[in-house]
Amino acid sequence: MASIAHGHGHGHDDMVVHVHHQFENIDQQNESYLVGMWCFLVTEIMFFGALFLMYTIYRMNYQNDFYGAHLELSQTASTPIAGPLVQMTGLKEFPVWGSINTTLLLISSFTMVMAVRAAQLRKKADVMKFLGATNVLAAMFLVIKFSQEWPPKWAHKMVPGANFGPEASHLHGASPRAAEIFYSLYFAMTGLHAIHIIAGIGVITALMVLWRKGAKSVTEDYVPTEMVGLYWHFVDLVWIFLFPLFYLIPG
Amino acid sequence: MSAPAIGAGELLPPQEEKKNYLNVEHTVRSWLLTGDHKRIAILYLFSVSLFFMIGGIFASLIRLELISPSGVLLESETYNKIFSAHGIVMIFLFLVPSIPAVFGNFFLPIMIGARDLAFPRMNLMSWYVYWLGGLLISSGLILGGVDTGWTFYTPYSSLYSNTQVSLVIIGIFFAGFSSIMTGLNFIVTIHKMRAPGMTWFRLPLFVWSMYATSVVMLLGTPVIAITLLLVFAERTLHLGVFSPELGGDPVLFQHMFWFYSHPAVYIMILPSFGVISELMANFCRKRVFGYHFVAFSSLAIAGLGFLVWGHHMFVSSQSMYQGVVFSLVSFLVAVPSAVKVFNWTATMYKGTIRLQTPMIYALGFIGLFTVGGLTGLFLACLGTDVHLTATYFVVAHFHYVMVGGSMMGFLGALHYWWPKMTGRMFNDTFGKFNAMLVFIGFNLTFFPQFILGFMGMPRRYHYYYIAPEFMPYHIMSSAGASALAVGLIAPAFYLISSLRHGHKAGANPWGAHGLEWETSSPPIPTNFEETPIVTDEVYDFSAMDEYEHRHGSDEMAPAGGHN
Repeated sequence: MASIAHGHGHGHDDMVVHVHHQFENIDQQNESYLVGMWCFLVTEIMFFGALFLMYTIYRMNYQNDFYGAHLELSQTASTPIAGPLVQMTGLKEFPVWGSINTTLLLISSFTMVMAVRAAQLRKKADVMKFLGATNVLAAMFLVIKFSQEWPPKWAHKMVPGANFGPEASHLHGASPRAAEIFYSLYFAMTGLHAIHIIAGIGVITALMVLWRKGAKSVTEDYVPTEMVGLYWHFVDLVWIFLFPLFYLIPG
Repeated sequence: MSAPAIGAGELLPPQEEKKNYLNVEHTVRSWLLTGDHKRIAILYLFSVSLFFMIGGIFASLIRLELISPSGVLLESETYNKIFSAHGIVMIFLFLVPSIPAVFGNFFLPIMIGARDLAFPRMNLMSWYVYWLGGLLISSGLILGGVDTGWTFYTPYSSLYSNTQVSLVIIGIFFAGFSSIMTGLNFIVTIHKMRAPGMTWFRLPLFVWSMYATSVVMLLGTPVIAITLLLVFAERTLHLGVFSPELGGDPVLFQHMFWFYSHPAVYIMILPSFGVISELMANFCRKRVFGYHFVAFSSLAIAGLGFLVWGHHMFVSSQSMYQGVVFSLVSFLVAVPSAVKVFNWTATMYKGTIRLQTPMIYALGFIGLFTVGGLTGLFLACLGTDVHLTATYFVVAHFHYVMVGGSMMGFLGALHYWWPKMTGRMFNDTFGKFNAMLVFIGFNLTFFPQFILGFMGMPRRYHYYYIAPEFMPYHIMSSAGASALAVGLIAPAFYLISSLRHGHKAGANPWGAHGLEWETSSPPIPTNFEETPIVTDEVYDFSAMDEYEHRHGSDEMAPAGGHN
């Protein structure tokens, strides 16, 4: 295999750094990693970008229907578990789960930043702590999405496809056809986002395993942790756009 | 000529022959798990050649069918599946990966003085993902094929077609990821791994064109991936996005499809531009005229290429004003393309032209690409396009660009770099004869199709007995296709026989300029003994001649030691 690590210590400190054979030194390797990661994120932006374009076009076509359909993403005082929280806000309906999930992801971005900071300082215990916190927050996001958000849509026949056919009370005045497009986009975009969260949990877990083992490839330099961080911030950022587009449509 | 960093002991004659990348290890495992960009390039060379042959068989069936006006050989459904298969295999499995994945992979790191691409394992993974896509597409074709054409227009592809669309679409999805990985690897490598002294304006033009190609791969491919994924979702889950029956917008699919698929044309042709720039400089022994313009025209084409997709949709329901803008921008792409053609031509002026095999391909390219490019203007013009849409004129136009352009570039590159990749010279007489056969066969195949298109022969039709006056042109075209087929199969024989019977190639058999000619043929596993330090300008033949004169050698010393 070509990617055999050499112990060239061209480095700037005395540590033996993990430089792959194709690179001259650790700086070149780190810069390549980061440019590569940013390029990957560019492809991700184009990937989601196509969906955002579709959203824009269909929302322009069906603004009122999208407004009606999006009300179903909010919770009311009679919703189980979330009901008391809606009452606290004093509003008729409020996107409780969407807001909580947004908060969870914002906090997870913070813990990820702290993990990268700890990696720069080579504080292994802190890295483990903050990466672990990030993973817990991400898992909570998924639990809420898959237990509180998606199952009611399934029960009310709001999943697009052959079985789509919600009762009028769940459409809030939207035409069924436009509502189906709304939910097609909702499941496609938040579903793709959820896949990215799951992948993120996998990558963060792998990173934690490497840190725990003390693998030189991650412990001697903060860049691998930074790369996972960049990915994680991107996933959060996508949600920051998804949340207002689906949950906060003005009437 | 870069000044190699030579240590005192290294000037002694070598004690034993150095191991090169081919004979350093021999096991199958050492090939399938390699991280060496040169070995991955060879794996890709076999793979794309295989799919090119499969695509060629489909093309032969099309040409056989069209000899007779009444369509006697194939059923209508079979014909639809054959031309779809031809397009899908040729575009996604041959043209898109061909030059970047083979010659880009092999030579880009060497040309910039690097030991490998930035991410060797990702490079290998791209080959496996390419095969995953290739196998899915192939199994789709074997299990019944698709009849949608390579364009997969909705709602036909998403709701009505009763063929293996889902399987093939997922195959293309994976093939796309392989090309994203290649593009990402190239961009990082060009940005971060150039040897000391290898400034941006000392980069060979092939590297510039690879850079422009990679940008298009990175920005365009994700869009086709998500678009095809949504067609898949619409087929399997009835997610309503593109079909009017489900409330979707089919023209939106066309926009998103062509947002990738027009730039994809530049993924296919830009690498060839780079190859032709190399050939022009090295077989005229002259710096490419207007080096900076040729370099930046690649980037201009990559950029403008993203703004012209609507010219595929002049007869769709897009607005007339959109059409006007897309028409204008399409005309603009002709400017950087013409810059290249004029600059290559100007390079030949007062150059020391040597008509060896690669140069014949390069000259053929210029002629064919010029015809292909100029007929593109007919199609960029709103008025004539309405008349010519979906006729054989379009078929002829894009074959002049794709086959006359990309494939001539591929063959030129294959002949030019063959001695470097294998260490053997092929028979130049065979090569030259074959290049001319390809040129003549190609023109005989596709020029009559321009006339057919103007006369009104629609594309994708398999009989034309109501218009028997088309027949002579179809026969001419099919006759040319047989000549072209011979010209495309012959290199497999004389190139492979050169491995056994060819003369051993020195480090620089063409007297060419560039870092890849300063290492041994075939190169050692790490490309150079030591990282080369680049001290001279790109295509600086006078400095090279002076160096040779001073050192009294007709062959340059390889960088960082001997071979």
